[in-house]
Order: sequence, then structure tokens, then C-alpha cells
Amino acid sequence: MLTRQSAFWAGVRAELPLLLGVFPFGMIYGILALEAGLTPAAAQAMSSIVFAGSSQFVAAQLFHAAAPAAVIVFTIAVVNLRHALYSATLAPYTRRLSPLWKALMAYLLTDEAFVVGIIHYRSLDSSAPEAQAQGQWYFLGAGLALWSTWQLSTAAGVFLGAAVPAQWPLDFTLPLTFIALVAPGLKDRPAVAAAISAGLAALLAYSLPYRLGLILAALVGITVGMLVEGRR
Amino acid sequence: MTPWLVMLAGGLLTYATRLSFIVLLGRMAIPTWLQRLLRFVPPAVLSAIIFPELFLAQGHLALSLANSRLIAGLAAVLVAFWKRSILLTILVGMAVLLILETLQ
Repeated sequence: MLTRQSAFWAGVRAELPLLLGVFPFGMIYGILALEAGLTPAAAQAMSSIVFAGSSQFVAAQLFHAAAPAAVIVFTIAVVNLRHALYSATLAPYTRRLSPLWKALMAYLLTDEAFVVGIIHYRSLDSSAPEAQAQGQWYFLGAGLALWSTWQLSTAAGVFLGAAVPAQWPLDFTLPLTFIALVAPGLKDRPAVAAAISAGLAALLAYSLPYRLGLILAALVGITVGMLVEGRR
Repeated sequence: MTPWLVMLAGGLLTYATRLSFIVLLGRMAIPTWLQRLLRFVPPAVLSAIIFPELFLAQGHLALSLANSRLIAGLAAVLVAFWKRSILLTILVGMAVLLILETLQ
């Protein structure tokens, strides 16, 4: 059985390979934020206050375009709506935890920590409550590893700034990270159908304002997954 | 001052979103259909982010060999399924993209 410490470090280790993709993305965010006219302090603070990469990216672009404050806030909220789905997916595993644990896990609930954490929870034997009880330590390890990397990479982007050539396609590490995260979960036809239909819907709905296409496409994918599974 | 207020409001809404169901579903039984549904959250959300990054260039469909992000992304998909390694997936995808962009 895992002790608290070993569960924590196992979570850190599971997150490590993803950090290769997260670090360049955080740097790009730092550079973009300065270009958008944010002060270094504000650029850095957004990484811990909002702590959601793609929404910070979009927010920096909107600051640059001098969009109204309400539009930027709304866009951040919509881009991050998918986290409600993550919250629901994680909820069955956090029910017995204290409010403090729930508050902490919600803060650390990013794409990368979520997928690593949920794969771990689902691999645990549900008939062994003592193994389940260490799940939050695993999630904490994964989440903190990601959090520290995100803060460090933002700082690196803020400090290096213009020293990084603009034509370097570092932003491509985000879709690559997500490809690495999605592949292990595509084990059966319903899951594959959910992925492909969500992807196609995202292409069709891309031009919708405030990135609403993302959440719409996710709902299409989930529905198709359910339908394909239901027919078997 | 405005950027700070914007990120504070955006941050609070994001946190509320992340906390939402962890708190709500902590108080009631989770129906079976919802548990079945939630399995599809990761593939659906992640694919909805990945597809536009690969298939669109400046907002338009770019289904050609000249779209180096599409080729690099497909190479990464192959590696992800074949090797099941996060590290290799990111490295190969980035290497293919850099090579294609250098050649162009």
C-alpha cells in the first residue's frame, strides 16, 4: 500500500513528462503578456490567480487588442467552462475529503493534473478504501508539480522576453501535450467516437464568439460517446 | 489597475467553475448515467482543443501537406498510440514541426 509520501511523489513523477510540453507554453504566455502591455508583476500574478494556460493566452491577446474588461472576463470564464466537467468527473473521488482538501484540489484542477489524476483514480481498486484514501496525495503531487512549473516558466518568459525569437513555434507544445494525454484513454469505440466527433464539431464551431465552440464541441463529443455506448 | 481587476474576476470565475461539482456532488448521490457520461469528458474536451490547432490555419481549414502543424500533429498521434510515451510524443511532434518549417 502507498504511504502519503510515496503517493505524493508518484503523482509528481507521473506529471514530469508533461512538464516538457508545459514549460515552453508558459514561456510563450509570459512573452505574450508583456507584449500585450501587462507589467511583469501582473503577467506573473495571472499565472497564479487564473492558473489556466489557454485562457491566459487568450486574455493576453485580448489585452493587446484593448478589448473591454467585461469581454476579457467573460472570455476567460467561457474558455475555462470545461473545468466544470473536470470538477464533476473528479467529484465521486473527493466526496469524503475535508473542505480544505476540496478547496485545494479545485485550485490545482488543470487539464494536465486532471487527466493524470483521473487515470490514477480509475486504476485504483474501488474495493480497497485505504488505496483510495491516498489518491488525493497523488493528485496533490501532480498538481503542485504542474503549478510550480507554470510559475517558473511564466517567470522565464517574462525575464527572457524578446530574447526568444518570435518565429519559434513553442505554442505547438500545447496540442502535443494534449495528444499525449488523450491517446491512452482511446481504448474502445465509444471513446474514439467521442474524441473524433468533438474534434469535428470544434472545427465547425470554431468561428463562434468567445471560444464558445470549445464547450459546444465537448458536449457534442460526450453525447456521441453516450449514444455509441448505448447501442452496444 | 484594470488588468488586475480583470484577472481577479476571471480567476474567481475559473475557481468557482473548478470547485462547482466537487462541492455540489459531494452532497448527493451521483446517478449512474452521469458516471457513464463523465468517462467521455477527457477525450471530448482534449480533442476539441487539439483539432483546430492541427486542421486550421488562420481560422481556415488547411488539409494539405504544406500544413506542417497537421503533419507534425499526425506524427505525434502515431507515436502516442504506438509508444504510449508522453515524452516521445512531444519530442517527435516538435522535431517534425521544426524540420518541416526549416525545409519550407
